[in-house]
Amino acid sequence: MKVSRNGSRQTIAALVEDRPGVLTRVASLFRRRGYNIESLAVGTTDEQGVSRMTIVVEGTSEVGDQVAKQLDKLIDVINAAVLDSTESIERELALIKVMARPDQRREILDVVEIFRASVVDLSVSSLIIQITAANETIEALTDNLRPYGILEMVRTGAIALVRGEDTTQVVEFEDDELRRFHMESGRIPTGQLPHLSD
Amino acid sequence: MSKISGADIVLRCLQELGVDTLFGYPGGVVLPLYDRFPQYPDINHILVRHEQAAGHAADGYARASGKLGVALATSGPGATNLVTAITNAHMDSVPTLFITGNVTRSLLGKDGFQEADITGITMPTVKHNYLVMRPDDLAYAFKEAAYIATTGRPGAVHIDIPKDVFIEEAEFSWPETINVRGYNPPSTAEQDSIQQAAEIIDQSERPLIFAGHGIILSDAADDLRKFAEKSGTPVVNTLLGLGSIAPDHVLSYGMMGMHGSYWANHAASNADVIIGLGMRMDDRALGRFEDMNPTAKIIHVDIDPAEHQKNLETHVPIVGNVCDVLKQLTNTVQKATHPDWLSWIDDLRIGHRASMSVPEGPELTAQYAIARIADYIGTESVLCTGVGQHQMWSAQFGAISRPRQFITSGGLGTMGFEVPAAMGAQAACPDRSVWTICGDGGFQMTFQEIGTMVDAKLPVRMAIMNNCYLGMVRQWQELFYDQNLVDVDISQPDFLKIAEAYGIKGIRVDNQEDVDAAIEEAEATEGPVLIDFRVVRQDNVWPMVPAGAALSETIESAEESGMS
Ligand SMILES: Cc1ncc(C[n+]2csc(CCOP(=O)(O)OP(=O)(O)O)c2C)c(N)n1
Ligand SMILES: [Mg+2]
Repeated sequence: MKVSRNGSRQTIAALVEDRPGVLTRVASLFRRRGYNIESLAVGTTDEQGVSRMTIVVEGTSEVGDQVAKQLDKLIDVINAAVLDSTESIERELALIKVMARPDQRREILDVVEIFRASVVDLSVSSLIIQITAANETIEALTDNLRPYGILEMVRTGAIALVRGEDTTQVVEFEDDELRRFHMESGRIPTGQLPHLSD
Repeated sequence: MSKISGADIVLRCLQELGVDTLFGYPGGVVLPLYDRFPQYPDINHILVRHEQAAGHAADGYARASGKLGVALATSGPGATNLVTAITNAHMDSVPTLFITGNVTRSLLGKDGFQEADITGITMPTVKHNYLVMRPDDLAYAFKEAAYIATTGRPGAVHIDIPKDVFIEEAEFSWPETINVRGYNPPSTAEQDSIQQAAEIIDQSERPLIFAGHGIILSDAADDLRKFAEKSGTPVVNTLLGLGSIAPDHVLSYGMMGMHGSYWANHAASNADVIIGLGMRMDDRALGRFEDMNPTAKIIHVDIDPAEHQKNLETHVPIVGNVCDVLKQLTNTVQKATHPDWLSWIDDLRIGHRASMSVPEGPELTAQYAIARIADYIGTESVLCTGVGQHQMWSAQFGAISRPRQFITSGGLGTMGFEVPAAMGAQAACPDRSVWTICGDGGFQMTFQEIGTMVDAKLPVRMAIMNNCYLGMVRQWQELFYDQNLVDVDISQPDFLKIAEAYGIKGIRVDNQEDVDAAIEEAEATEGPVLIDFRVVRQDNVWPMVPAGAALSETIESAEESGMS
């Protein structure tokens, strides 16, 4: 099973402009500076034009700080910060396909229940189990399922939010043209391009 | 509002930004832009001979003037030829804007003729880049790009424009506001960190300032001097920090680092408090990080928080613009003097003067030629260099006294920088005498730009330190590869014939006696001028901190290095 090499991992949350190339910029930074990404999850936020990345990296808290500062340096990153694990909630979704002969199902279902996971697919000789939990819990569940034979599994990577009412405020654009530039720039315009000679 | 073409919009943007000079080279996709140049006579396009040189010229222009440097290239090979120059400018935090054309939008991503994914290529070597997909976006992109390039920690910004965006029409209005919400360059620092730093400085007995390029980039030389004087702190410079304090100031102790002085390096190793100002704690300046000075308390002022704790653990990281932070610090620290500490360094300087002196003897050395040039041209001139031994000797003997006097490629160490960067500096400073100290190797990388200098009437004085070697590489092979000299004995063309071919004056000097007359003649000539100084071949740069050694392990001579 995959365990961080030195046992320590840092979770970084970044609000980024939803623009072409943002993911490349972030990925390129990690490659260039030699940071090891354990997981990276990207999704929209309730703010139009702003996405949120949750990045888990292997390394000490100094590494986490450097990663956050280097990310923050990217113009398309609005804000990046290392999350304090005690001050934040972190969750990950995993789907695990496990071998399950009919006579083993009961046992496996007990494990599923203990971990508050659920079964989302059943076939003659296998089950797909879904779990939403913190990283360690998912690792523990997979450890418990391994004896039955894990056929396949997929994880979304962690997502996280800081507890309490504090949020990162994102500056809004004053005028519509500016907003359009920010959201559309770098994208091929939709619809027919004007016919211009090349 | 009436519509104008994307090409006109680009030129209107450059006007709005106050750009009056750009260096470029045409090609298919930028032809719509070139087509409009005649309508904008206030923008001087200087046609170079190679795009790399356009980039270095923009870089030299920006370093010499403090203004935004701009270079332009066509798609594909034109754009990829810019990459070295972009990387060079960005690594030394020089405010520059690089504009490239690209293939028509509908052909992007289809590997059309002369398509290169140039925004993908430059992404890791710029502060930011743009692929502008509609003419309506050009004004925002240019305003943002210039703002990003020139503020905070300055750097290179790149704008890529497909050909049909130059052709399509749109309304032009220069945006009043921009909103780069992911970018908030700091100015003053938080008073907490200032207070903390001031307490440490007030209690120090052996404080030392490392003054870097940031002092020059933020026009903080006066602030540096005032702070050093009030706190009684001696100053050493990184290579790019030279000029931030005059060498004859009582608190100025010259260059530290790989080829810094014995006394500067030992002061760095023995200080009890180190104040890094606008410098990035680079390995060439600090030697082996762990042993640079493990007991000193380190205060590190930089506008880029990502530089803090990157290479060296810092006790007080201060994020802010160094000119603002210095004013805050000067207001907060107590007045102090450190006579014992200064006389300790002074004694070292007296005792070790020899390793930082022009070698004695009748031979023509590069050190001698450079010292004579510096003496003759004075501090109002500009001194550029290439990369190698002659660069280090220029740093040591160039008597660099004012900000923006010394133009050299620090972070990337790009040979071939000397000729085009000087050309850019001359374009920025038509009233100054611009000299460039060239390596015979580096000169051969970009001397085609003499053609540009002739056409654009840029009277640069080129002084080749011709040791018939890739000298710095030979030095490393001698010292660290058992004197196994491989591929460093580079052959030379007849440099005077090159001068002749371009129709400029060439002067050859092969002994000390003729040095002054040659310099005088070069200064008196209309220019450009080339001097071929046939210097001794075997000389090495001392002092030296071998790569991976500590500053306290500074070696002062060949004998000491165990090789002679
Ligand atoms: C573009 C580039 N290629 C290679 C190098 C590696 N390098 C550093 S110094 C040097 C020799 C420079 O020779 P020259 O220009 O004659 O200067 P010298 O050291 O002899 O004064 C070389 C090859 C470099 N810095 N830049
Ligand atoms: Mg040479």
